[in-house]
Amino acid sequence: MATKKFMYVNRKAPYGTVYALESLEVVLIAAAFEQEVSLAFIDDGVYQIAKGQNTDGIGMKNFSSTYNALGDYEVNKLYVEKESLEERGLTADDLMPIMWEDEDEDWAEKPSVRIVSRAEMADILAEQEVTYSF
Amino acid sequence: MALVVNGAEVATDEEGYLEDLSVWTPEIADAMAKEEDVDLSDEHWDIINFLREYYEEYQIAPAVRVLTKAVGKKLGKDKGNSKYLYSLFPYGPGKQACKYAGLPKPTGCV
Repeated sequence: MATKKFMYVNRKAPYGTVYALESLEVVLIAAAFEQEVSLAFIDDGVYQIAKGQNTDGIGMKNFSSTYNALGDYEVNKLYVEKESLEERGLTADDLMPIMWEDEDEDWAEKPSVRIVSRAEMADILAEQEVTYSF
Repeated sequence: MALVVNGAEVATDEEGYLEDLSVWTPEIADAMAKEEDVDLSDEHWDIINFLREYYEEYQIAPAVRVLTKAVGKKLGKDKGNSKYLYSLFPYGPGKQACKYAGLPKPTGCV
């Protein structure tokens, strides 16, 4: 099977709708088929990988720790739009430090989150072969 | 479907996975294995315990490929291959081991 560049664009807050969780599940399934998978976090989607999520009051499963498993699935390109962070008063420090381990470098830990400008994000999206929007 | 462990009924779905993950005990794993004529060895428990830790940390049951790689890293290269895992769990390391570990069926499991 040929490898294609898959992009999952996440624009919605993690809870309140099923989009974020559904997206994450589809990502994990697609990654199991060894495709080249990237994720983009834009608009309220940046809250999906925010630190310190607590769902005790809303009766939903807190699935934020699952983003830390993405590295095991060789999904290590999580693009976050800088302007979306700024518009919400957030910085890189407000995001979970999601890492992946490079098997070729004795499992060295490397960051998966890459903050890019809106213009850079447009270029990244243009390079993809398959794009899913959630 | 229900499994009887120490005289108490444990609810499982039609494929034998626990309905309520929080009720899991090692005795439940033993009872599930017995139903499939499997005696759980220390090697089985290494994988079951590994899966439970993985689920605790990431809230998902890992895909077989991920499990294989992670077991190789944690328990040694001689165990991080599908031949070894299938020798322990002939019905598929993902499905069968996750079931005994009280986890949901792995996401994307085929």
